[in-house]
Amino acid sequence: MDKLWLGVAMLVGLAAPAWADVGQVKVVKGQVSIERKGQRLPAQVGMTLESADVLRTGADGAIGIAMRDDSRLSAGPNSVFALERFEFDATTSKGRFDSQLQRGTLAVVSGRIAKQSPQDMSVRTPTAVLGVRGTEFVVAVDE
Amino acid sequence: MARSAAALLSGLVLAGCAAPKTGSVVLLPERDGRATAVTIQQGGKEALLSQPYAAAHLTASGPQTYASSALEVQGYFAAALAAQPAAPMQFTLYFVEGKDELTEESRRLVDNVFAEIARRPVPDVVVIGHTDRVGSDAFNDTLSRQRAEVVRKALLARAIAPDKVTAIGRGKREPIVPTADGVAEPRNRRVEIQVR
Repeated sequence: MDKLWLGVAMLVGLAAPAWADVGQVKVVKGQVSIERKGQRLPAQVGMTLESADVLRTGADGAIGIAMRDDSRLSAGPNSVFALERFEFDATTSKGRFDSQLQRGTLAVVSGRIAKQSPQDMSVRTPTAVLGVRGTEFVVAVDE
Repeated sequence: MARSAAALLSGLVLAGCAAPKTGSVVLLPERDGRATAVTIQQGGKEALLSQPYAAAHLTASGPQTYASSALEVQGYFAAALAAQPAAPMQFTLYFVEGKDELTEESRRLVDNVFAEIARRPVPDVVVIGHTDRVGSDAFNDTLSRQRAEVVRKALLARAIAPDKVTAIGRGKREPIVPTADGVAEPRNRRVEIQVR
């Protein structure tokens, strides 16, 4: 009986939306590109994101993204922000989210991964590692 | 504005200590007053920011804490903050017992859900149907899916693109109010709508 129940739960799970992607671009202003597997794509609202994408904004650029765990990140002009690793199980809220601001400005609202387990989310700069115990903060990395 | 704030930030460092800064971190206030904090590890040193506008400059000799302000944050981070996506929202609509028919009160709330979706340029909507614990698993799986589908169709009828709305059913597995099997509970007969 337990096994049957598990089978049904798995079927229902499979029917859930298949977010093969890790998040979505929600806001784009000015020049913004996304580096993916050696290619540079112009960022567009609605684009899906993949783990290891690198976002680059121009002098007039800004980008806002929403991740699958409901975390939201946005970068200002002249920024380079790398999604290094994103894994998320929507049922358990467990996952791992590591990113790095290499240059520029970033605003962060953490999501379900950090709420479930704060040590599973980190934002790095070239010299520091930030641990996320609460939800909203901003980071700047000087040139 | 951004430039003057940057000058202010670097001025603070020059006044404060000799090590040049490589960046800054500012903790923002929590909207609902919950506890919040960010830790910073740099060069073997650690700093904890746990008050609104607690901040640190990142320097070669480790994080140097200071008190920032709403004004400084707005000046330096205005563009990043302006690009922040809207917060996700969740709605719950309730159903008549054993049916895929919304209660009268919930029917009136569909407009609010629609308005929230319509104000987002690229919405993602997930509609999850649930039932109370009256009836078999098979019956409730079907009913929960029908409930989700009714809400999905109501949204599509208001011209929301079909590929933006996913409907799924969870049957009686996730009651809001835990009850014994076979118990009719209006609060469990619901559809949850997540709008991102």
